[in-house]
Amino acid sequence: MADLTYRQAVGRGIAQEMARDPRVYFIGEDIAAAGGVFKTTEGLHERFGPDRVRDTPISEEAITGAVMGAAMNGLRPIAEIMFSDFFATCWDIVANQIAKARYMTDGQITLPLVIRSANGGGARFGAQHSQAMENWAMAVPGLKVVAPSNPRDVIGLLAASVRADDPVIFLEQKSLYASKQDVPEGEIVDELGKATLAREGSDVTVVALAAMVPRAVEAAEILAGRGVDVEVIDLRSLVPLDMTTVLRSVAKTSRLVTVEENPRLCGWGAEVTSIVTEEAFYDLDAPTLRITTPHIPLPSADTLEDLAMPSSATIVTQIQRVANG
Amino acid sequence: MTSATDSSAIGLPVPTERLLELYRMMLDARLFEEKAHKLFFEGLVKGTSHLALGQEAVAAGFAAAMRPDDLTFCTYRGHTHTLLRGADMAALMAELLGRATGCCGGKGGSMHLTDVAVGAMGSYAIVGAHLPIATGAAWAAQARGSGQVVVVFFGDGATNIGAFHEALNFAAVWKLPVVFVCENNLYMEYTPIGSVTAVPNPAADRAATYGLDGIIIDGNDVEAVYAAAVEALAHARSGDGPLLIEAKTYRHGGHSRADPGTYRPDEEVKAWLDRDPIPAFRSRLEAEGVESATLAEIEAASSAAVDAATEDARNAPFPDPATLETQVWADGGSRWRT
Repeated sequence: MADLTYRQAVGRGIAQEMARDPRVYFIGEDIAAAGGVFKTTEGLHERFGPDRVRDTPISEEAITGAVMGAAMNGLRPIAEIMFSDFFATCWDIVANQIAKARYMTDGQITLPLVIRSANGGGARFGAQHSQAMENWAMAVPGLKVVAPSNPRDVIGLLAASVRADDPVIFLEQKSLYASKQDVPEGEIVDELGKATLAREGSDVTVVALAAMVPRAVEAAEILAGRGVDVEVIDLRSLVPLDMTTVLRSVAKTSRLVTVEENPRLCGWGAEVTSIVTEEAFYDLDAPTLRITTPHIPLPSADTLEDLAMPSSATIVTQIQRVANG
Repeated sequence: MTSATDSSAIGLPVPTERLLELYRMMLDARLFEEKAHKLFFEGLVKGTSHLALGQEAVAAGFAAAMRPDDLTFCTYRGHTHTLLRGADMAALMAELLGRATGCCGGKGGSMHLTDVAVGAMGSYAIVGAHLPIATGAAWAAQARGSGQVVVVFFGDGATNIGAFHEALNFAAVWKLPVVFVCENNLYMEYTPIGSVTAVPNPAADRAATYGLDGIIIDGNDVEAVYAAAVEALAHARSGDGPLLIEAKTYRHGGHSRADPGTYRPDEEVKAWLDRDPIPAFRSRLEAEGVESATLAEIEAASSAAVDAATEDARNAPFPDPATLETQVWADGGSRWRT
């Protein structure tokens, strides 16, 4: 076991796959010589050389187009979009081209590619460098959407994403980069579409993603002291969505809370909740509850940003409403 | 600025069989699209269609010069490019008619004709989007040392969108084996390109920005196009980086389906119809001693091929409803949850 940061896990995950498969290439802005603006990719350029780890111009359409075209012609490329907000500058390539190519050609085109990006708030970067945009990607048929909550999962899910024959949007939550975990040595490979139990419990099911997972677990520990036993599910991917794990948990707890970092409207929690109410309504003993960031752009000031994003304290207060209901 | 408008100027004698092949290719494309236009008005081709009538020489000249493993990326005005790389004519016609035997099983339609097996890597319906994608395919060719060249066709309108500039810079910096071919038919859609562009030659005049030569060719002279294509493909294949070629041509019809193109001055239309690449090339072949009977044979064969493809497509079944939710993912399905 080694103490590994979420940041280091990104580099280790990419290295694991590049060492295994010579078809894996990695491109992006400042990712090679500079090691990435978040220092997630340090050492890759030196280890794998300037052909396989290559800096690009600030050209998000060229970057995403490049990995699409390369995936059509024999590579299994990884691109980095520095901040997930920048997906807005290349959404045509991602949503109109990458997501639809296979369906429109009735399976002639296969796109084994990964687009990684630093997603989400908590870093005081303001509204254009802090968005949690997982729902944009989730809403487009043809994209897989992955968002790990801890260093071990970064490696395992990144490996699964690189090995998938479908395009994957891989969202790293930037406020987690400094978080640490003991991670086993050796190859780690997960499967997409498998949620995990971050904490077992019997009273309330709390479904969370990425940075909301550690906050939900922290809230659960506080609630345990107050006699509420919370089960926390780490979804890990939105597409595929592991409803089996969610429905099994709700059958046990009869209560559902989702914790989303994204702004309120059309968040993934609405989809999870609607499936639970359609398929497990009679398992429920209380109204479902969605905890989200308000439907606002994210502010920069630390006090305002902290107020906007669901905190463990907010989660505790909100869960108590459901637990007592 | 260099100009390659005459094959003899670059010392490239084209054998007669190749010239006849170019004639056949242009005719196939012309007759296929004239039929598609007719079927549109019969209500058999649904949605929209964008014809390249009058622009056949560009597609034929390049397709004839490409290696079988080279890759073509084209636009929603892509029937001709896809056909001339060798896609099955009946499968293309069936795709226009929304049939199960269509090249994309009816899921693509006129604007997305694709036949990966022959290197026709797709028709892209968002203006300019395929330039970065073609660039990426060229990056893979470079990385794998495959020796492939990628040729990407786009209209004059695409030169004013960001993706054009991102792709050209990227391809130039990485010295990628890609040939960018602008088919300048003078109209972005309904608006003259000159009235919305800062330079007279929308592609060639931008080439210097990316350290490239601004190459202009006569896109209505199939021999000139073929000669330029041979040269460009050799350049790109040798590792010397991308090329940008602007082919001057003209769309005989409007932008799409029923657009009669009445915004174009009559004298301009007439001047370009007089320069129709097919009759002009036919006269040249006759002048070079090709017998009328040989040309008539090619014409009859093209016509028969289009008729057979049309008949085949008309009789083809509609897509099986069970295919609606297939091929979103590589496992063949569309399942997004457990």
